Amino acid sequence: MNSAAPIQDHRALRFLTAGSVDDGKSTLIGRLLYDSRAILADQLDTLEKKAAGAPIDLSLLTDGLEAEREQGITIDVAYRYFATRARKFIIADAPGHEQYTRNMVTAAAGSDAAVVLVDITKLDTTKSPVPLLAQTRRHALLAHLLRVPSIVFAVNKLDAVSDPAQAYAAVRDALLGFAEHAGIRVAGIVPVSALRGDNVTQPLDAAWYDGPSLLQLLESLPTAQERKDGDLLVPVQYVAREGEGTGNQPRTLWGRIAHGRVKAGDTVQLFPNGEVATVAEVRLAGEVVDVVEAGQSAGIVLDRQIDVSRGDWIGTPKTIHAAQRFSATLAWLDTEPAVIGRKYWVRHGNRWVQARITAIESRLDIHSLEAIDAHELAVNEIGHVIVETQQPLPVESYETNRVGGALIVVDPASNRTSGALLVKAAA
Amino acid sequence: MNAPLSIEQLLPELDHTHLDWLEEEAIFILRETVAAFERPALLFSGGKDSCVVLRLAEKAFKSKGKDGQYKGRLPFPLLHVDTGHNFPEVIEFRDRRVAEMGERLVVGHLEDSIKRGTVRLSHPLESRNGHQTVALLEAIEEHRFDVLMGGARRDEEKARAKERIFSHRDSFGQWQPKEQRPELWTLFNTRIRSGEHMRAFPISNWTELDVWLYIARENIPLPSLYYAHDRQVIRRKGLLVPLTEVTPPEAGETVETAEVRFRTVGDMTCTCPVESPAASATEIVAETLKVTVSERGATRMDDRTSDASMERRKKEGYF
Repeated sequence: MNSAAPIQDHRALRFLTAGSVDDGKSTLIGRLLYDSRAILADQLDTLEKKAAGAPIDLSLLTDGLEAEREQGITIDVAYRYFATRARKFIIADAPGHEQYTRNMVTAAAGSDAAVVLVDITKLDTTKSPVPLLAQTRRHALLAHLLRVPSIVFAVNKLDAVSDPAQAYAAVRDALLGFAEHAGIRVAGIVPVSALRGDNVTQPLDAAWYDGPSLLQLLESLPTAQERKDGDLLVPVQYVAREGEGTGNQPRTLWGRIAHGRVKAGDTVQLFPNGEVATVAEVRLAGEVVDVVEAGQSAGIVLDRQIDVSRGDWIGTPKTIHAAQRFSATLAWLDTEPAVIGRKYWVRHGNRWVQARITAIESRLDIHSLEAIDAHELAVNEIGHVIVETQQPLPVESYETNRVGGALIVVDPASNRTSGALLVKAAA
Repeated sequence: MNAPLSIEQLLPELDHTHLDWLEEEAIFILRETVAAFERPALLFSGGKDSCVVLRLAEKAFKSKGKDGQYKGRLPFPLLHVDTGHNFPEVIEFRDRRVAEMGERLVVGHLEDSIKRGTVRLSHPLESRNGHQTVALLEAIEEHRFDVLMGGARRDEEKARAKERIFSHRDSFGQWQPKEQRPELWTLFNTRIRSGEHMRAFPISNWTELDVWLYIARENIPLPSLYYAHDRQVIRRKGLLVPLTEVTPPEAGETVETAEVRFRTVGDMTCTCPVESPAASATEIVAETLKVTVSERGATRMDDRTSDASMERRKKEGYF
C-alpha cells in the first residue's frame, strides 16, 4: 500500500490539506512549497524579517488576507501551486476553525486527493488501539463523503516523540482499523516532520520506514477521471452560431462530456425535448476532430436543426432518466439555516431551476457521520434531505457520477451559495 | 552543437497533458462566461497573461483555418485601461493585434478620468497603477459590462490565492474577500443583481512557468519588450528602473545600458525589467525554472509598499 507506483498520470494533481494550524498544516504546506522551490527569495526575505533571527515560520506563507494576519487565523480556502520535474500540484488549503465544514466541502469538491494531518503528539500511543482525535475522523469521513478518490494520512511531528518507530506503527494500526470500519480506502500513511522537513520531499533515512516520502506518494496518485466507456452524457454549456445574423446557420453545441465519448455518425438523444439526431461533426477547441472523450469539452454539430439551449443534455438514446424528486446529502454553507418549503435556486449541470427542500430527514453527527434525528440544518451541518424541483432533472447518484450527481443551492434573495447537494437516488 | 533549446530537453518528464488540462479548464471558463452573462468584455492590455487569454478565447470561439489562423469574431469586445503611462511598444502591439484579428477594442483612458476630476494625482509623476481602478469602473458603467474576463493568476500574490474563478463585485465595484461565495466543482454561481458585476479568471490555476510553456507551445505573439533587448536603466533599491520620461534619474544616480527583459508589463512608473539574455519563450522557460525571485518581487515597485497592498487595491475594484 505504501510503495509509490511509477508515475503514469501527468495531469496536475489537485489535493486538499485537512487539519488545524496546531497540527502543523501550514508548516507542511510551507515545507512543500519551500523544498520544491515554489517560494522565492523575496518572499523568504519577508519571512526572515518577521522572524528577526529566529527560525523562519513557514506557516506565515499561507495567510493571504490582511484580516487573517491581524487575527492570526485563516478565513478562506487558498490555492497554492508547486511543481516537481514530473508533476504540477494544486493545493486547496482549507482552514480548520469553526467554518470548517464549509471550507472543507469547497476544497474537496473537485479534488483528486486529500491529505489528512494527524498530530502524533496529541495521541496516547501507549494504548491499543490508539484513540484517534475526533477531527481526524471527521476530516477523513468528509473527504470520503465527497468521494475524494485518494485519502492520505500524514502522521506529523515525528521529531517530537521519543520512539518514532513505535509511535508511528501504533498510529498506523489505529488509522487502518478506523478506515476499514468506515469503508475508506487509504492511499497511504506517511510519517513526516514538517518542521524539520523529514520525509516531506526527501525520503526518510530510518530503518523502521521504507515507504515513499509524502511528495513521492503525491506524484504517484491518479487524478479523478470520468468514465470514458459506455453511454454518453453531455450537459450543453454554450450554443455557438457560425457567422453573423439570423437564419439557418449550423450551430455547435458545446459541453464538457460527463461520461462516454462522441464521434461523427453517433446517434444521440436530447433532453428534455426527446428528439433524436445524428452527430455530423465533433470539434475540440477550434478544430474538427475524430472523437472527444469524457473530461474534454466537445463541440457537437447535429445533422439537422433542433431547438437546443444551454442547460439541456445530450446523451445516448434512452439512457437519460429524469426525476423531479430525489434524496440527497445536503452540506449547508450559509449562516441562514436551511428552510423547508422555501424556494431556492439550484444549479444542476448548466441548468438553473427552482427547488424546495421538502423534508430534512436527519443530520449527520459531525464526528462520526452517523445519522441523528433532525429537522433543521444550520451552517456547517450536513444532513439527508428530500428535494423537489420545478422541472425534472436527469440526476444520477453522486457516487457514480460527479457531474450528474452534484448541485449547488443558491439563496434567491442574497445570491449566496448556500448549500451543496450530493444526489443519492431519485425518490 | 548549438541546436535550439527545446521544451522536451528542459522538462523531459513533464509532458503536455498538464497544459492540455489547463487549456481545457480555461476554455470551459470562457464559454461559461459568455453563456451566463449578457455583456461580457475581455481585459486586454497587451501583457503576456492577457495574450494567453486572448489565444484561449480564439480557441473557445473561433475555428482554425487551414492556414493555422483562427476565423470568425469573438462574441465580446476587448477592454483596456490606458494609464497614459504605458510602454509605447505595448500600445503599438495592442493596436496591431486587434487590427490583425479584426476585433473591437474599447479603451478607457485614465487621462479622461483626470479631466473629469474623478482621479486626482498628488503629483504629476505619481504611479497611475492604483488609479486605473477608477477608469476601469467608469468604463464598466459606461458600457454596462456585467462580466470582465481577465488574466489574473492565483500564484501571483497572496490575496489572489484566495480569489474565486468567478469573483463577485458589488454595485461599487468592490471585492468583499470575507463574503466570497464557496465555489464547488464547476457549478459556478454566476447570479448577480443589476448594477453588480463579476470578474472571471480563466487562468487562475496557471503559474508563470505554465504561461511561458504555453506561449512557447502555441507561438503566441508578445510585445518585443518581453524578450532580451538593450535598455537604459537606473539601479535603484535592488530594482532596475527603466529610463522613461516619467521615471527620470534622481540626483546622484547614473544611467546605464543593460540587456534586459520584462517579466510583467504595467504602468511605466512601477514596472521594472530584469537582466536577461533570454530571446525566446523557450529560453525564458529555462530561466523561469531557475528563477529565485517572484514575478512581482522582481518587477513591481508598488507591491513592495506593504504586505497587503494588492489586497487593498483589489477590494477597491482593481483587476
